[in-house]
Formats: sequence, structure tokens, C-alpha cells
Amino acid sequence: MATENPVALRGDASSQENAAPIVPLVDIIEDTSGITLIADMPGVSKDRLDIKVQADRLFIEGEARVDVPAELKVFHTEVDRPRYRRTFTLSPELDSAAIDANLKDGVLTLRIPRSQAAQPRRIEVQVG
Amino acid sequence: MAVPHYTPDVFRTFDWLWSQMDEALRAVGAPASLRASRGFPALNVGATDDAIELVAFAPGVDPATLEVSVDRGLLTIAGERRSALAELPEGAAVHAGERPSGKFRRAVELPRDADADRIEAKYADGTLRVTVRRKESAKPRVIAVQ
Repeated sequence: MATENPVALRGDASSQENAAPIVPLVDIIEDTSGITLIADMPGVSKDRLDIKVQADRLFIEGEARVDVPAELKVFHTEVDRPRYRRTFTLSPELDSAAIDANLKDGVLTLRIPRSQAAQPRRIEVQVG
Repeated sequence: MAVPHYTPDVFRTFDWLWSQMDEALRAVGAPASLRASRGFPALNVGATDDAIELVAFAPGVDPATLEVSVDRGLLTIAGERRSALAELPEGAAVHAGERPSGKFRRAVELPRDADADRIEAKYADGTLRVTVRRKESAKPRVIAVQ
């Protein structure tokens, strides 16, 4: 019988709840129009992903689930907690209302644009 | 959910070939970042009466590059993950580059009763689940007494 179990199968459920979440590894790239943040969150599907902005803080959270048989006995565990969480501070020139999120194959990609006022502008030099 | 048991006897049938994997990475000239985090992809392993189950946490890998193979009882998961930092627009600055990239390979020795002809692999949400069936002959049988 197949069922959806949390990834962490060692120990009881309550200790999983209390365990500190995994800090997902990220790449952060800044270019002239904004920031791209890429986070590894394997096992997280769209409906178990939570992205929040509160004041100048960006929170990403997710719960990993893997489809395994209910009667599985686990004896080697490298991913022992089912949750990911990481917090970032957004600098004021970023437009947190315009964040674009994409989740594919367990990789979350966030695009955080600079606010219009903070975009670098090119001034045309008129030749008189 | 049933609390899984830790079964030392089953554990002994597995041999984790960390050093072999590290050597393989060195041979292909994998970047130092990947060699350092030699646990990519992270693996969880378990078993049922019918099968051995492996879950590899390999986010962002093109399934077409994923290769699962078995040779003389050694199951190998290999693939390549492209770096997001390889082709950046001009003027871009990298503030964090933590995600491992490059070629990877991990090998696990299967127990003797694993059936190399009945292996299924499925990639979903960045996790690869590999199911290796046990041989029918290895399952417990009831012998009728004459």
C-alpha cells in the first residue's frame, strides 16, 4: 500500500515537529533590475510551499513529502526533517509587492524586482 | 504512521561506498564545491518485505540526464546539475552561491536478494525514488511437512 509519508521517518512525529527546519541552500544573484533568489527544496510541492513578506523580511517555508510505502522500515537517513525554512532581509529599494515565484523540480526561483524609482536610468546625452 | 524500526541486520547488508564516490567525482573533475558536499544527492534508504526503497534528494536535475544503473549488485545514481551562476548577464553580482552543481554519482551496494531486473525509478518534485524488488525466492515461504 502506498501512502504519503513525511520524509523524516526516524523517531516519532512529535520530535519531528520540534526539530529545527532544514535551511535550504540558495543562490542569490543581483542584476540591474532586481534580485533572483534560487532555493533547493526537494520534495516540496506547490501546495506545501509558503512564501511570506512581513515588513522588510522575506520568509520561505516548505514541507517535503515523498511517496513511500506505509510499512517502510528506514535504516539510513540523510534528510531527517521534513521542513525547510529560511528568512531573508529585503533592502528598501526592492519591490516586495511584485515578487514572482516559480517552483520546478524542487527548486524555488524568486524574482524580486527593484522598485521603479530605484531602477538605474540611462540619460541620453544630447549633442548640441 | 508506524514508527520505523532500526534493524541492524538489514543495515549490515548495505555497504556505503563514500570513498569510491569521492574518487569518481575527482576523476571527472567535478568542482570543489560538489566534492566538498559529497552527499549530493542526499539519500534516504529503507526496506519493506517486498522491496528496497531509495530516495535521492536531487532538486533541479533534468530527468533526461538522470541515470540509474545496476552492475553486479552495485546500484549507481548519476547525473548532472547545471549551475545557475554559469551564464550571468553583464553587470550581475553573485551574493550567495551555495547550491552544488556539476556531475554527481552515488553508489549503494544492494542486498543479495535484490532483483536487478525489477527496478523502478520515478522523479517528482526534485526527489528520485528508486524501488528495487526482492527476488521471489528470497521471500519467506511455508514448507509443507510430509
